[in-house]
Amino acid sequence: MNDLIHVTSSPHVREKMDTRKIMLCVIISLLPATFFGIYNFGVKALLIIFLSIFTSVLSEWVFDRITYRKNTIGDLSAVVTGLLLGLNLPHTVSWFIPVLGSIFAIFIVKMLFGGLGQNFMNPALGARCFLVLSFASQMTTFTYDGVTGATPLTQIKQGETVNTIDMLLGTCGGTIGETSALCLLIGGIFLILMGIISLRIPATYIITLVLFMGAFGPKGFDGTYLLQQVFGGGLMIGAFFMATDYVTCPITPKGQIVYGIILGVLTGVFRVFGQTAEGVSYAIIFTNCLVPLIEKFTIPKAFGINTVKEEH
Amino acid sequence: MALRSFKGGVHPYEGKELSKDKPVVRLEPSSELVFPLSQHIGAPAKAVVNVGDTVLRGQVLAEANGFVSAPVISSVSGTVKAIEKRRSCTGSMVESIVISNDNMDSCVSFNEISFEEALKLDRETIIKKISDAGIVGMGGAGFPTHVKLSPKDPDKIEYIIVNCAECEPYLTSDYRTMLEKTDKLYLGLKLLVSLFKNAKGVFAIEDNKRDCISLLSEKCVDDNISVCPLLTKYPQGGERQLIHAVTGRDINSKMLPADAGCIVDNVSTVCAIYDAVVLGKPLMDRFFTVSGDNVVNPQNYEIRIGMSFRDILEASGGEIDKAQKWISGGPMMGFSMFDLDVPTTKTTGAFLSFKEDEASIYDATACINCGRCVNACPENLVPSRLSKFFENKVKDEFEKWYGLECIECGSCTYVCPAKRPLAQEIKTFKHQILAEKKKQKEIGRGN
Repeated sequence: MNDLIHVTSSPHVREKMDTRKIMLCVIISLLPATFFGIYNFGVKALLIIFLSIFTSVLSEWVFDRITYRKNTIGDLSAVVTGLLLGLNLPHTVSWFIPVLGSIFAIFIVKMLFGGLGQNFMNPALGARCFLVLSFASQMTTFTYDGVTGATPLTQIKQGETVNTIDMLLGTCGGTIGETSALCLLIGGIFLILMGIISLRIPATYIITLVLFMGAFGPKGFDGTYLLQQVFGGGLMIGAFFMATDYVTCPITPKGQIVYGIILGVLTGVFRVFGQTAEGVSYAIIFTNCLVPLIEKFTIPKAFGINTVKEEH
Repeated sequence: MALRSFKGGVHPYEGKELSKDKPVVRLEPSSELVFPLSQHIGAPAKAVVNVGDTVLRGQVLAEANGFVSAPVISSVSGTVKAIEKRRSCTGSMVESIVISNDNMDSCVSFNEISFEEALKLDRETIIKKISDAGIVGMGGAGFPTHVKLSPKDPDKIEYIIVNCAECEPYLTSDYRTMLEKTDKLYLGLKLLVSLFKNAKGVFAIEDNKRDCISLLSEKCVDDNISVCPLLTKYPQGGERQLIHAVTGRDINSKMLPADAGCIVDNVSTVCAIYDAVVLGKPLMDRFFTVSGDNVVNPQNYEIRIGMSFRDILEASGGEIDKAQKWISGGPMMGFSMFDLDVPTTKTTGAFLSFKEDEASIYDATACINCGRCVNACPENLVPSRLSKFFENKVKDEFEKWYGLECIECGSCTYVCPAKRPLAQEIKTFKHQILAEKKKQKEIGRGN
């Protein structure tokens, strides 16, 4: 075969970047938050993350086998899903929670819809919501330093005061990977610098949320309060790593801005008017379903299409 | 100074260092030259010689067949060996005139005038000279130059842009032209500008060719010709992108550059215009790059149009190893070849030979919707969606997402991390739809 001349249609060159390298960048960008989570919550966190990744990859492999599809675990997307799911679980959950969650994420949310690129919902978040609904008490019990308590956002909602610096560094209760705004921000900046994600979604999401919380929140435009809303809960991990999931966000640049705004408004609505202090997961999942509609209304105008031809 | 550019585009490996510093070498013509009758856009030329006729260098072999057409000129002297279908570099069979070279190089007499005299000629005479010289866009498109120079309203032309971008990787023949034929190029543009009352001339050069920018800037001191440095980015030399970069005006697929008050010509074309009008010489020779990681001597040559790729390759020293890919033109928009015994034409400016075919290393995987193609598209399209519309054969959606605006630059395929053949699919679908539209229009006319 290789002795023959190849005849193909142009272009004849390709960039070195491929899907696997993109996924590898996402994994690298999540490492600061992962290591901090393990440091913060102990070895149990490592076990949860490991189980979650292992089951995700295994599920994809099994699905490919039983459906006679080409093995796709090499693209590392299952690792990303498993890692994100692990980071979205409290470290106190039983071992079967990450296992069940990963199977749900890969089998139901991802592979049944056609695998990578075809799922309309972020697999890790879909699984998290499934777990929260099915195992509410396990999924919403947060222990920090041996004390079971509320997450900072819940504390704020209940009128207690919390330390903003703790929320920035992540030395507080929450899921394994969501607590450290700083680590997540480092990862997010890495992704932007590597050209993996653009600022459009995270920036519009966070700015809209801040404006919404300022306008409709209980404390108005109070600096500390708004900062805590940004650092707290799943916003950082959601804005930089979940909302920007390629497959489930709009591909059109304008659509991405609309998507970010909807996310910000929905998260704000859930946080201000909802029962819980959270809302990022549901906001992203819900907006994922709006993506085809958003794209339909934001088809970019082609170059020069608005130029009117002069009649001679 | 901020460099001018356009939105989108890609930065492929340039590879120009292989051949850029080597001065152009004249190649002796081979024993047999082939002249396809269709080397341009428009009606194929009509042969005016017969088998057995003796022809001179510079003699017309075939004359233009209509307004949008161009004559074909012999680049050597000899006898007409055959008039038959021969394979062209794109793979199709084209009616061609085969000349057996007598190595005498007997020329027809060229009617040379001075540049000052040329400036005094009237518009029609100059355009007639360009048309008779068989000049077509030498950058690759092959649109007859005299047609370009005859817009409906010549007074509306404000810019004559010389496309010196040479944004395709590996190609250096335009670069060498700028360095070695600076005067010709400058005077050629001056001549073109004199044809249009309101026009000014612009050399649009990518800033990876700094020496050309300074060389041409020195020339244009006190007249209405200037140099416009551009950001080095592919496809900077695309007609619509170039016009945008230089003038800020945008045109779409239904418009001509003239609608934006522009005429865009390639470097070699402008030099050919000088040759035709001042030296009285028709288009017979051109600069040609031989490059790639599989050729012994990457080099620029001055070739006789009509020589076969094989003759040029052999004269250049041949290949290092067995090639896996041959390309006529650049790696982004050139044609891959399977036969080297095909003639060069007015529009072929390069031959590349590669040990390995980069395009076949990777297998296409699922689209992950990353949007890299959207960022790369210079036409602001969404290639990943357009390719899905092709796969599902939905024409109305394809048109709704502006698929017909595609300029086929290949940037989307180049950047795709899933290695999907986006540009190839979009091109195919675009041509299908355009062909159907044309057919429907013809049926409509028939009724």
